[in-house]
Amino acid sequence: MSERKKPISPILWPLLGLVALVVLNLVLNHGFLNISVLDGRLYGLPVDILNQGARGLVLALGMTLVIATGGVDLSVGSVMAVAGAVAAVLLAKGSGLALALGAGLALAVLAGGANGLLVARLGIQPIVATLILMVVGRGAAQLITNGEVVVVKSAAFEFLGNGHVLGLPFAPLLACVLFLAAHFFLRRTAAGLFIEAVGDNEQAARFAGLAAARVKGLVYVFCGLCAGLAGLMAAANIRAADSYRMGENMELDAIFAVVVGGTALTGGRFLLLGAFVGALLLQTLTTTMYNLGVPPAVAPVPKAILILVVCLLQSEHARRWFGGLFKKGGRA
Amino acid sequence: MKSDQVEPLLKLRGIGKRFPGVVALSGVDLTVRAGEIHALLGENGAGKSTLIKVLTGVYAASEGEMSFEGRPARPGSPKEAEQLGISTVYQEVNLLPALSVAENLLLGRQPGRGGFIHWGATKRHAREALARLGLDIDVEVELGTLSVALQQMVAIARALDLNARLLILDEPTASLDEHEVAELFKVMRNLREQGLGIVFVTHFLDQVYAVTDRITVLRNGTLVGEYLTAELPRLALVSKMIGREVNDIAGRSGELPAPDDAAPVIIEARGVTRRDALHPLDLTLRRGEVTGLAGLLGSGRTETARLLFGIDRADGGEIRVRGDAVRLDSAKDAVRLGLAFCSEDRKSEGILPNLSIRENLILALQGKQGLWKTVSRAEQETLCAHYIAALRIKTPDAETPIKNLSGGNQQKVLLARWLATKPELIILDEPTRGIDIGARAEIEALIGRLRADGLAVLLISSEIEEIVRNSTRVVVLRERRRTADFQGHAIEPEALMRAMAGAAPTTGGHA
Repeated sequence: MSERKKPISPILWPLLGLVALVVLNLVLNHGFLNISVLDGRLYGLPVDILNQGARGLVLALGMTLVIATGGVDLSVGSVMAVAGAVAAVLLAKGSGLALALGAGLALAVLAGGANGLLVARLGIQPIVATLILMVVGRGAAQLITNGEVVVVKSAAFEFLGNGHVLGLPFAPLLACVLFLAAHFFLRRTAAGLFIEAVGDNEQAARFAGLAAARVKGLVYVFCGLCAGLAGLMAAANIRAADSYRMGENMELDAIFAVVVGGTALTGGRFLLLGAFVGALLLQTLTTTMYNLGVPPAVAPVPKAILILVVCLLQSEHARRWFGGLFKKGGRA
Repeated sequence: MKSDQVEPLLKLRGIGKRFPGVVALSGVDLTVRAGEIHALLGENGAGKSTLIKVLTGVYAASEGEMSFEGRPARPGSPKEAEQLGISTVYQEVNLLPALSVAENLLLGRQPGRGGFIHWGATKRHAREALARLGLDIDVEVELGTLSVALQQMVAIARALDLNARLLILDEPTASLDEHEVAELFKVMRNLREQGLGIVFVTHFLDQVYAVTDRITVLRNGTLVGEYLTAELPRLALVSKMIGREVNDIAGRSGELPAPDDAAPVIIEARGVTRRDALHPLDLTLRRGEVTGLAGLLGSGRTETARLLFGIDRADGGEIRVRGDAVRLDSAKDAVRLGLAFCSEDRKSEGILPNLSIRENLILALQGKQGLWKTVSRAEQETLCAHYIAALRIKTPDAETPIKNLSGGNQQKVLLARWLATKPELIILDEPTRGIDIGARAEIEALIGRLRADGLAVLLISSEIEEIVRNSTRVVVLRERRRTADFQGHAIEPEALMRAMAGAAPTTGGHA
């Protein structure tokens, strides 16, 4: 993503993990990569992964920028639920699609704004500030749906989750377009530099004349917007808003994707492509376990192991340590 | 000189402390007698903090001997030092603000039985401990709700209650008002009567002469000497602290132009003030002039810079930029107005350590231009190439992370960051601190070029020579006030030092 010469790009490790997973899947199921065309649309396991992973990708995009400023947003899962719930309830009451989508996104932006205000203006620690909305948001979503699963019968809305454009699934396409747009915005304007500067040394950035608080606030707004969009996609995907389960634990997946993708939790340099690969890696793993029949309750264990392995690989320290072990072993 | 018949309370001999690659202290002696208040003085980097950390067991000395009450002592931790009878009270009291006064006083040794605390006894004991200092504080309130002065008193009471015989007061007066300082001094004198030894660290020379009996001066990690306060004139003290005998300081080179009162004013401060930081200050900075801001540590130099640059907001007064009254709410406002400020704290207020030289260099310019008007990659590279050559920044390329550079080269990148914004005023706060002699000379030469190019420069420095060599005017601050100013040939080391020390009538002048 940048032309800097680096010994090893941090993106290499999640990419290796992804390749390893695909190989494992191929061994278990020779037809893993098979893609078929039905009614002019693509079908197959890789397409499923992309389809189901689209929401995680969108979340990871927003989360990358928040983490780049040295923060974190725990509320994205709940914000997903709020946005999905509002849109679903409005549609169920017969509102137009534009109003439903607009209201969902507007609430999500508002939520992001609240996080930004708490963190950037009031100086509350991001983990605490966003924890508030994580809890409140889930409750608000339940209130909006009255604690019920609201079923949506709108073909136009469903398109957001399951539609196809030129035979390609719409949701992952949207995620990719968003990543590209974000990349160009961040690297063609000064936004990327400002975010990295604030994340690397906020005080120095402020002394250099940057509006550090504004930069920090705005990344939370953007993150909220991404969460809202992910919530709409989730509701569209299952044609219903389940305010209890929607977006549950997604904030953790998003953080994992970003970190596995090589952006440090301490802030500074961010790698959008890394987060993209990281989110894909997580989804591939989830789908793999589903296909292997691993019970959902046990699924977090292999996920945790994978994350640990990738993080260890990324740590130069750990790599050297392992290298030393092997050398000793060789001599013995 | 057999005046010290009695064994001194504390005796340090030849104390040295090395860190990897740095000698922080070497060959330092310190003698504190019972019943004396002993000032420990020195400018930044003199080694005061390190010495106190050795004394209180935070660091182990690399060499030297320490004895306390006649017995060899080598505390391995602050707790061991406390048990020996050495207690420290810091400027920022290191007690627990969320706990009550009583809990803080008796922390870790509350009376009780079987894991249960006897609260009645705790409070009674705490009240008694405070009464010994003549204090009547509700021992049940949270410590954090008290003023800093009272918190310090609580810390002192705790030290006495721990049976301290040596009390170290590390810049206790930095955030106290005059009345509180007077109260503290009363307590200190009282304790002296009771036979305690007190080590008093401060930047305020008035306070040194008001309350101390002896002075030990450190400089660059070595001992300059020990003196009786009554026998050491202020001027001599200042010259010992900054390491220059008046006659040693090279005079001005003849090249500096005479100040020109007709030169356009870039920035003008009238009565600018901020509580606890700066008394109302007037300052006028003109095009093509280097105004030196001299003063000892704590005199309000950096505070002035922060106010002029919008980092801190003034409580009163007016700042005019090119004649227009302005409101400076942030550095961003100041940068837009053509001001620049190179902070003395490179690490926390200057560099973005993990970003490249290029990104560090264009940051202020890009910030000034805003989000959309980007400095193109080609322009960035031109700027980098220009400044790397012009300031002779030693680096393999512009993409190297700035943290990999030496201090001097980092400083040059930060100077380039500001020069790239084409400022009309540049404030340089200790621009040569911590950098090698070669880079230092280059930076001084650069200051001359900037002046010749018509910039207004505000030069803040602890080094008198640097001020004298480079300034067309000098303003002296002492105890957060402007106390004197000089221009042209009146800028002499001795006169400056006198003014900094507040020793004798100052040569008049007007700027």
